[in-house]
Amino acid sequence: MSGEGVGPDDERADVSEDVAEDVYARLKAYEGRASAVGGAGKDLVNEPMIRHWCEAMGDTNPAYAGPDAMAPPTMLQAWTMGGLSGHAARSEAFDELLGLLDGAGYTSVVATDCEQEYLRPLRPGDRITFDALIESVSQRKTTKLGTGHFVTTRMDVRAGGELAGTHRFRILKYAPAAQGREGASESSARPRRPRPVVNRDNAGFWEGVARHRLLIQRCDGCKTLRFPWLPGCNACGSPKWDTVEASGEGTVYSYVVMHHPPFPAFTATDHAAAAAGPYAVALIELAEGVRMISNVVGVPHDEVRIGTPVRLEFLRADEELELPVFRAVEGSEG
Amino acid sequence: MNIDATPVGAMGPVGSVRTGDTLPPLEIEITRTLIVAGAIASRDYQDVHHDAELAREKGSPDIFMNILTTNGLVGRYITDHFGPTAVLRKVAIRLGAPNYPGDTMVLTGTVEEAEGDTVTVRVVGTNGIGKHVTGTVTLVLPGGADRVSRP
Repeated sequence: MSGEGVGPDDERADVSEDVAEDVYARLKAYEGRASAVGGAGKDLVNEPMIRHWCEAMGDTNPAYAGPDAMAPPTMLQAWTMGGLSGHAARSEAFDELLGLLDGAGYTSVVATDCEQEYLRPLRPGDRITFDALIESVSQRKTTKLGTGHFVTTRMDVRAGGELAGTHRFRILKYAPAAQGREGASESSARPRRPRPVVNRDNAGFWEGVARHRLLIQRCDGCKTLRFPWLPGCNACGSPKWDTVEASGEGTVYSYVVMHHPPFPAFTATDHAAAAAGPYAVALIELAEGVRMISNVVGVPHDEVRIGTPVRLEFLRADEELELPVFRAVEGSEG
Repeated sequence: MNIDATPVGAMGPVGSVRTGDTLPPLEIEITRTLIVAGAIASRDYQDVHHDAELAREKGSPDIFMNILTTNGLVGRYITDHFGPTAVLRKVAIRLGAPNYPGDTMVLTGTVEEAEGDTVTVRVVGTNGIGKHVTGTVTLVLPGGADRVSRP
């Protein structure tokens, strides 16, 4: 097909739900159709390819060596690969399905699952034939790599006409998440935290952060403190307010530890060794009584505890972003 | 009673292999050479497995290991441990965090089931960014424990 646009453009990322549903209905129609018909291995099972495989894998199993060798069972799919000259056996239906996915912007592909059953060993001289069908196409899913559809195929692999193994394979056809592309084009490889949304309701808060002051709103009418910043008072409804500066003292009111998905931007600035590892997100109760969500620094993620005393500091996340965070107070672990 | 003193072979249908047994970990350096050699040995010429520039254009920070190589390494991990007479019956794997050059993957295994001459092992391969592979391998040990030749 002529859709050469490698990678997504922004419009495609905003594909409407209706369009997505329509695409899915068309993809779903391919379930049960053949993905490969009358496939034939390009090479007989042979000693050199077995040896090259074992060299690459560092596999010294004597069962795979010599003229009477059996092929490593996990090589099953390798015997069916098209190599540089491609798949003659690939069905029109499968090409259409992939073309449809390309056309919908899901131009990248990654294999996610492989399930193989081995019924008999393959030995040098075996002639490989195979057939495959499209078992399922998933609904649109958003993964860490990007958004796309999973396509599962199931292949029967025969040796000399006799079933030797089955091979279920799942790929994700996806539009890469924009983040990776930006990261690749910038000189600094370090991941950056997402930017805060600054609007006229909360601009005063961020102006305070810029001056290293943590500002809490105070209602002009009833004097109730509020955080995060809002246009009106939840207690009395007054739209008038002023601010008080937080003392910076607080305690951990609650917390969660994020394990997955990893966001290196949230950990890289603290425990460098655990760059992409888990990190704690804490609800800090300030001495003034309001609570805010932030990070706890200066203590490993698994040592954050409810009640841990913390003190405000400002973290320079990158050249454009500074954030209020809370450092565990020394000697607080008792 | 000292369980360790029980004679090998008296513990169950597949002798010394018992549910809950853990396999010694296998550390694999993820070199650029391994990624490319594995891709070519498996006849996989997708550019993301050998061409860093094209891999980056597709949103990946570098080339990464193909699933066939991971499959081969999982198979090797199992037969390295259970010996050349072990017969692989089923290998089912799922990929997560990609194997990029410069990383190290550590394969670990736990026996989930050992019944008759059939053993099921849960395998996990962890790299610097997370779980690269999780999977289950089913194998047959002909003759049970007598035939298990460990390196």
